[in-house]
Amino acid sequence: MTAPFCFSRMPIDVAALRATLADPACGGYAAFEGWVRDQNEGRRVRRLEYEAYEALAVREAERIVAEAVARFGVAHAACAHRIGDLAVGELAVWVGVSAAHRDEAFRACRYIIDEIKHRLPIWKKEHYLGGDSGWVNCERCAAAPHEHQDAHAHG
Amino acid sequence: MQYFALLREQAGRGTESLVTAARTPRELYAELAHRYPFTLDPSVLRVAINSEFGDWSAPLAEGDAVVFIPPVAGG
Repeated sequence: MTAPFCFSRMPIDVAALRATLADPACGGYAAFEGWVRDQNEGRRVRRLEYEAYEALAVREAERIVAEAVARFGVAHAACAHRIGDLAVGELAVWVGVSAAHRDEAFRACRYIIDEIKHRLPIWKKEHYLGGDSGWVNCERCAAAPHEHQDAHAHG
Repeated sequence: MQYFALLREQAGRGTESLVTAARTPRELYAELAHRYPFTLDPSVLRVAINSEFGDWSAPLAEGDAVVFIPPVAGG
């Protein structure tokens, strides 16, 4: 039995994690791998940094895995996520599920990665070919500093 | 306090202990936004108190660990 979720500063050992899900009662194994792409929203990416609020992320990820097991009736599920600097092509996140049959394995795997992306306090900073960088999803919704100073106090 | 990602860069630090008159996370963020050049509006942030998701209106107690969570991008 392995921890349902872990962070890793080193490359994720997929074979080792997959082996922890092996179970003679399971006929189906479904997995997802998230890879670092070389572009995002029209910009060429050179490398990424992942940062996480680990204490909360681990708790929430364990809840997500437990939800998947309960909802889809799978036997085992686990997830691993990188933190730190990643190059294009590297594995950022892995989700694996083993179950009696493929249907629930696929569904649980999809559920886990979707929830992970939506709920976990993990942030990604992209470093672009031009030399600049930005926090994904943050830069667009940030007001410019001079506008912020003129604004009234936040509620 | 712990600061992450864009908030960490704008605060210039990853952690901070502070004494505050703020009674809720909402008041606390307003106070910090006067001290640091935070550009993220509270409407796009979540709050965590003592390593669990919390409420902007939750009463803060002595020793509480508060984290404001910028828009996430994991996975």
